[in-house]
Amino acid sequence: MLQQMIDNLSSFFGSGSNIMFLIFALLAIGGAVFMLNLTKVVHMVTSLAVTFISLAAIYILLQAEFVAVVQVLIYAGAITILMIFAIMMTNHREIDQSIVRPLHQGLVLIGVILLGGLIFYAVQRAAFPAPDVDLATNNTENIGLKLFHEHVIPFELMSVLLTVAFIGAIIIAKREED
Amino acid sequence: MNVVSSYLILAAILFCLGLYGALTKRNAIIVLLSVELMLNAVNLNLVAFAKWGIAPSLTGQIFSLFTITIAAAEVAVGIAILIAYYRSKATSDVRDMNSLKR
Repeated sequence: MLQQMIDNLSSFFGSGSNIMFLIFALLAIGGAVFMLNLTKVVHMVTSLAVTFISLAAIYILLQAEFVAVVQVLIYAGAITILMIFAIMMTNHREIDQSIVRPLHQGLVLIGVILLGGLIFYAVQRAAFPAPDVDLATNNTENIGLKLFHEHVIPFELMSVLLTVAFIGAIIIAKREED
Repeated sequence: MNVVSSYLILAAILFCLGLYGALTKRNAIIVLLSVELMLNAVNLNLVAFAKWGIAPSLTGQIFSLFTITIAAAEVAVGIAILIAYYRSKATSDVRDMNSLKR
């Protein structure tokens, strides 16, 4: 039993990608946990940026370089900066003291743990056949070809949606002068 | 234990942490941030299945790109609403956003 465990561990740590996965998974979970436990909002946003960047590294482990770069650009770049702007424009000195509703918080904690256990059980039960494919060669080129051949209409709809959302955001946030 | 299971469990943990934050935090900006964390966990599922799923292909990665776009649009509109709300009510506490209840 113990011998088998040690064998499993050594085979796990024998591969470099497993070690990298372990490091970045711990960083991602650590960033999220710190986001929940820190008290200042700016610190929360910064610790969640760590999560976003380590998720980008995990995307590279999954042979998705383009998605990883987009993740760094959009999440770690744009969304984090936008959140910090929003904090600066609202009450940036506020200390988030969330421990005021113990019953509510306990119930949410129990529900979340139950959900996590359910997902864990389902993932452990399911068998995923793993055909080995190579997605890494010409990743960006293949994504571009697929995007402009098979997914043209969703792509164009997405650009319309972005335009609508950003014009709407400007109009909502604009100071009413009159 | 397959290769994809570890990625799925990481995504489940991140999703649960994001759900906990979205349901318990008081600052509306942090609630938005927790929703982003949940969307990120779903993205991780999509990318993991694009590599190690039953029918692996690039479509999963393209789908996750669409999800990232939607998340960007969502956060822009959400922050615009928050700033407009803060300008009129001078608070960003979600417990004060109950004017429809009164």
